[in-house]
Amino acid sequence: MSYIVEMLHITKDFPGIRANDDITLQIEERSIHALLGENGAGKSTLMSILFGLYQPDSGSIRVRGKEVKISDPNVATSLGIGMVHQHFKLVHNFTVTENIILGMEPRKGPVIDIRAAEQKVEDLSKLYGLAVDPRAKIEDISVSMQQRVEILKMLYRDAEILIFDEPTAVLTPQEIHELMQIMRRLVEEGKTILLITHKLKEIKEVADTCTVLRRGKLVSTVPVADTDEQRMAEMMVGRQVSFHVDKGPAKPGDELLRIEQLNVKNVKGVLGVKNLSLSVRAGEVLGLCGIDGNGQAELVYAITGLTKVESGKIFLKDKEITNLSIKERIDLGLGHIPEDRQKYGLVLDFTLGENFIIHNYYERPFASRGILRRKAILENAQRLIREFDVRSGQGAMTPARAMSGGNQQKAIVAREIDRSPEVFVVVQPTRGLDVGAIEYIHRRIIEERDKNKAILLVSLELDEIMDVSDRIAVIYNGEIVGIVDAASTNENELGLMMSGALRKSGGASRLVHEAARA
Amino acid sequence: MTARKEKIVLPLIAVLLGFVLGSLIVILTGRSPLSMFAAIVKGFSGIDIVNGQPINTRYIGEFIIQAMPIILTGLSFAFASRTGLFSIGAEGQLMIGSISATAVALLVDAPRAVHLPLVLIAGILGGALWGAIPGFLKARYNVHEVVVTIMMNYIALHFNNFVILHIFGSVDRVKTAPFPMSALLKSPFLENITRQSRLNWGFIPVIVAVVLFSFIINKTTFGYSLRAVGYNKDAARYAGMKVSRNIIASMAIAGAFAGLAGAVITVGTFNFGRVIQAAEGYGFDGIAVALVGGNEATGILLAGLLFGGLKAAQPLMQSQGIPREIAGIIQASIVLFVAMKFGIKMVLDKFERRQAPSTEGDRV
Repeated sequence: MSYIVEMLHITKDFPGIRANDDITLQIEERSIHALLGENGAGKSTLMSILFGLYQPDSGSIRVRGKEVKISDPNVATSLGIGMVHQHFKLVHNFTVTENIILGMEPRKGPVIDIRAAEQKVEDLSKLYGLAVDPRAKIEDISVSMQQRVEILKMLYRDAEILIFDEPTAVLTPQEIHELMQIMRRLVEEGKTILLITHKLKEIKEVADTCTVLRRGKLVSTVPVADTDEQRMAEMMVGRQVSFHVDKGPAKPGDELLRIEQLNVKNVKGVLGVKNLSLSVRAGEVLGLCGIDGNGQAELVYAITGLTKVESGKIFLKDKEITNLSIKERIDLGLGHIPEDRQKYGLVLDFTLGENFIIHNYYERPFASRGILRRKAILENAQRLIREFDVRSGQGAMTPARAMSGGNQQKAIVAREIDRSPEVFVVVQPTRGLDVGAIEYIHRRIIEERDKNKAILLVSLELDEIMDVSDRIAVIYNGEIVGIVDAASTNENELGLMMSGALRKSGGASRLVHEAARA
Repeated sequence: MTARKEKIVLPLIAVLLGFVLGSLIVILTGRSPLSMFAAIVKGFSGIDIVNGQPINTRYIGEFIIQAMPIILTGLSFAFASRTGLFSIGAEGQLMIGSISATAVALLVDAPRAVHLPLVLIAGILGGALWGAIPGFLKARYNVHEVVVTIMMNYIALHFNNFVILHIFGSVDRVKTAPFPMSALLKSPFLENITRQSRLNWGFIPVIVAVVLFSFIINKTTFGYSLRAVGYNKDAARYAGMKVSRNIIASMAIAGAFAGLAGAVITVGTFNFGRVIQAAEGYGFDGIAVALVGGNEATGILLAGLLFGGLKAAQPLMQSQGIPREIAGIIQASIVLFVAMKFGIKMVLDKFERRQAPSTEGDRV
């Protein structure tokens, strides 16, 4: 079989870091080739070079056997290379078709021939089983549909080589499954796929070949059929990785977080959380699982104070916090790793060091008498960078915007875990992280638990919920449909509860009972 | 190119291109751009290249007088900008600062060491109050600050004229009675060393303001929280910052800078309260100064001096037979080129890449 793309001996330097060091990548036509590596291993840089966003310092690229110079994305497009970015690039108040044809609008005389375009989009959508409505507005469709629009954009431009940059980071398990099917369909129709990811399961499920990078260097290229997840993880991280969290039994103490009969409206103005009661004890991790959009966000925002509640009460260490300000809640010992890292988690135009002090910038040691103390801020940043292995080009002075998504996530997690809050609301803490980092963060969360903190872990990843939690509450349609013991449940039972098909009244009644006693 | 280098090089290129464009227009009108530059040099230094006269300090004094208020209004716009607000209100805040200073100058009788500081403080407080109102409306009711500040400029204008005419009384319907010496920034010493220009002690509060601006924004916890709100309001709220309070405080401080400008004009350049016919453009000049200065204290100081000098050069251009509007065109095109900085950066990067490949990009 012939190689459709060959990147030979690619080297690329950035200030303070060699992102790619003599990497050779050869991709067979009509295959799914996975590119695996930790956050900051150089995957995105390599793909950006292939897509023409960066120029390599040395090395050459061949497409269909011919040496090419990809000086910008337009050249890449004309070579049949397309890329689905991690953060979509769509105009939200345009329709699907309008977004797809943007920049190459078909014309009929002086006007855009939107009919023809819609027809073409619909045909493509049918051919690859994408089920996208060409006339829908972007703002009205789900994230996974938006991703399909990005795929259609490439197909519309006759791309043959499709680069997917961590496509599953934003998807639910069900949507991930659908995307895998779409990818297979694309290959059947003759496309070649380059999949950037650090999720081993997905590689095992869908990829033919896997190239592993570590710290900018090529580790190995292997056929996926000949390897397993454990081996790939070791190649990626460079040491033994345990997928399971080692933890002793929980020793639950006092109730630190109690929620009674909570009702919260969502952005559409209807109740997203309905009459919900829940409690988390000191020294335990309560996992909250459910399909995305079943009230998790509203619940978290109500606890942390980002949104107002309709009715009901929230207690933190027996003090009612329902109507307290965010600051007062933080001072009482509430911590929060937010789901949306770029909206809430970070000020992207601040440096990493500035981001680390966002909660206590006005306190010693970071400030005295209203003046910031540079040295303390810098030292704090260096410590967290070291402890949590946050990789950034210029250390504490790196603008958060210039960091990769995974390292942004690590920075937020580092900041929040380091504060060691009494009641810790942790939402999707390992989203977009590689196995090594996930292992470390899970261990730190368990350490917090063992320091007698109460932890509410909200995650869409069932594995994470089952590994880290002591008890698991399942949320469906804004209600808790059951609370089960993490040790005695399984994926199947949780899945049924998440879809609303099963209710565990035992757990729920225990909770009502507890609330009444309090 | 590093971010730091960029901040210095890009505005310089914009200034250069502004002058190039100005020269082209002068050529189009059939005159020599050299006489335009001669006028500009004279505006800044008094050096007369054509007739061979040396430095004339009077011109230096006059151009600094022009620069002082627009540096302050530049600081005003930039301060609000750092909190993510677009304040068009410096003009009105300046007028309120001016009328407050007028009131204290006329009504208070005290020795200069007390009177003059009171006058300046009155200007600062007046401007701050006028700025706090749109800040409050924004924070409390989410009314857009652009709309409110524009409207408040008109209110300020007519309020100023009403107070001058109907409360302080005006013989000639143009100005109040002259202020007592104790309320003025005037300095015979400064006038003497600048050959009787209008230069006065006003430059001292201006320098203090520039230093204070940089200090507050970069070194204090208050400045940190203002910048956090400006860059990402949601993250600031998540971190427990009082976003509304910061917005009000930021607008009030922005107003304070503009109010000080009003006081400096009223008791420095003039010595009486004035009826203002229409907005005098200090506010808009301030926006331009802040944009060219990159919302940084030093940049604003330099941009303010540049634009002050161009203003001072206008009458001189006219005497050389060059339309005075050219100075305005140069100013406007500098601002335009600054706004086009991404385009300029792209060209520079391409150039740089051709010279030495692989220097750009910082994503890891």
